[in-house]
Amino acid sequence: MLNLLLSRLATAIPSIVGVVVVTFMLTRLLPGDPAAYFAGLAASPQAIAEIRHNLGLDKSLPEQFVAYVGDLLHGNLGNSLSTGQPVVAEIATRLPASAELTLFALIVAVAIAIPLGVLAAVKQGTWIDHLCRVVTTAGVSLPVFFTGLLFAYVFYYLLQWAPAPTGRIDVFLSPPTHITGFYLIDSALTGNLEAFWGALRQLALPAISMAIFSLAPLARMTRGSMLAVLGSDFIRTARASGLSPRTVIFTYAFRNAVLPVITTLGMVFSFLLGANVLVETVFAWPGIGLYAVNALITSDYAPVQGFVLTMAILYVALNLTIDFVYGLVDPRVRLDS
Amino acid sequence: MTAVPALQVEDLSVEFRTRSGVVKVLEHVGFSVDKGETVALVGESGSGKSVTAFAVMGILDAAGKVTSGRALFGGTDLLALGERDLAEQRGRELSMIFQNPRTALNPIRRVGRQIADVLVRHGGATRNDAPQAAIEMLKRVRIPDPERRAEAYPFELSGGMCQRIMIAIALACRPALLIADEPTTGLDVTTQAVIMDLIGELAGDSGMATIFITHDLALAAEYCDRIVVMHAGHIVEAAPGRALFAHPRHPYSAKLLAATPGETVALEDLVSIPGGLPDLRRSDLPACRYSDRCERRLDQCVQPLPQRTVGERHVVACWNPL
Repeated sequence: MLNLLLSRLATAIPSIVGVVVVTFMLTRLLPGDPAAYFAGLAASPQAIAEIRHNLGLDKSLPEQFVAYVGDLLHGNLGNSLSTGQPVVAEIATRLPASAELTLFALIVAVAIAIPLGVLAAVKQGTWIDHLCRVVTTAGVSLPVFFTGLLFAYVFYYLLQWAPAPTGRIDVFLSPPTHITGFYLIDSALTGNLEAFWGALRQLALPAISMAIFSLAPLARMTRGSMLAVLGSDFIRTARASGLSPRTVIFTYAFRNAVLPVITTLGMVFSFLLGANVLVETVFAWPGIGLYAVNALITSDYAPVQGFVLTMAILYVALNLTIDFVYGLVDPRVRLDS
Repeated sequence: MTAVPALQVEDLSVEFRTRSGVVKVLEHVGFSVDKGETVALVGESGSGKSVTAFAVMGILDAAGKVTSGRALFGGTDLLALGERDLAEQRGRELSMIFQNPRTALNPIRRVGRQIADVLVRHGGATRNDAPQAAIEMLKRVRIPDPERRAEAYPFELSGGMCQRIMIAIALACRPALLIADEPTTGLDVTTQAVIMDLIGELAGDSGMATIFITHDLALAAEYCDRIVVMHAGHIVEAAPGRALFAHPRHPYSAKLLAATPGETVALEDLVSIPGGLPDLRRSDLPACRYSDRCERRLDQCVQPLPQRTVGERHVVACWNPL
């Protein structure tokens, strides 16, 4: 198992190197001159040249790349031009916001999709099966930003059930003491119920918009996989042995059916990381997606590079986790390592 | 010796509802198995052997429906039992083993656990004793190094080994009836003999009744007391093995025997049976479903089939038997 993880980790290194090269090239090739942008509209060519020199943008690309990699190895992602803050620090404070949103959305999606898919397969052709079909079709046909806007319009503007879509916590509340950076967890740990409730209210709409989209593939995969497993020989054996329906469905069928669901979960999760950018923009969520979008608009290289690199590392970590979980569930994978 | 039937199936009919119509898979099937007796159900693929077993076990697909009949087992009619009561009987009083043992076992559960599951379910062992009891079962089916094998997954074992595990699961609670559905299909010939001997021996030890489903007449003759021949959802002939081989009375049985290789028959003398099974979706199925393929067909073959007793425990459903 450990060998498997280490070998997967080794294969991840080339992809990280590739991401470093590509993000560096991409940001340099993008149209827009950051020096001109920061010098302002009325700046003289000399002023722009001076800023360019200060930023190191007048050096050749290879020289810039070597300097960039050198900084990277020291854990330095550079400073944001627009805020002047180190990118590492900014990402470190913003990542928990994105992670909290994504994980919460994923938990909601899994909590709905898996029971729905299992029930739809066990009671094939009944109302719950039809419900599953409706939910999955609706889920895939509604893009996240659309659901997000619709929710904000209906629940905030029309019904006023939800708070204003402006960030992680009500402006009149102070965020909970920083422990993990997850507001829900931190406020629960410190017993700060007011902050917990405030954070949950802010989290609900963006998380549910993301959950609705991601539960569709999960529910569909759970249903299909359960149906395939329920029709297999060893389920017939289990039934012929008189095992209780509970044992047959959960211990025998579900544990086998969950394997492709785990793979789908990984894909959905990486998709949600991308969808973050849109949802954070709609709900003014102070996560890394919003940060990257703002940086991209102002041709601010360092945050964009930092964002892409963070995402790449997250993907790698995610795939490692999926491999690990897969190995826990399926003994055949362990042997292959 | 007065024989006591362990299982008596009477007038069993099963239909399958499919998109292209209702398929009358079984019609008026009746046979019995005595305690300690081994009965073979033989017939070509699609003749309804497995469906008969599934109907008795109550594990038909959702599309399958028992439309008539009784299956008396120890005084109770299995077909009238609810799913919950039937599940109590399955695995404890009546068990089943299947073909393709590799796919018939849960691929991601240790085989010892799978045996223990059945024991715990039917009160054969407590949760704490179950692992040890499972190892005892592995010993009974003569798996070498049972302590280690109990920790194995099915994909780590050979096909023959997996079938022994299946037998251990089926016999864990010492059932009164075992249904073996082509238990040796997919195994090599030497393993086949070992598995058949093992089933026979364990059945003999406990006086268990065995139904052995196969398309291999030679295997049936070697291991079974009586043979029940099925064709297209009908039982056409039932006879003691020796009597059937010596003098088959139904034209289909005779053809089946002629198509079976044996010591006295050379391979080139084997005869294939002309025609195929009739389409069971037809609404105008003849009373004798073999009549379209039969060389001895008479005008009266369209009338409901007789059940003619032609010898000691030898019954044939034919108007013009051999």
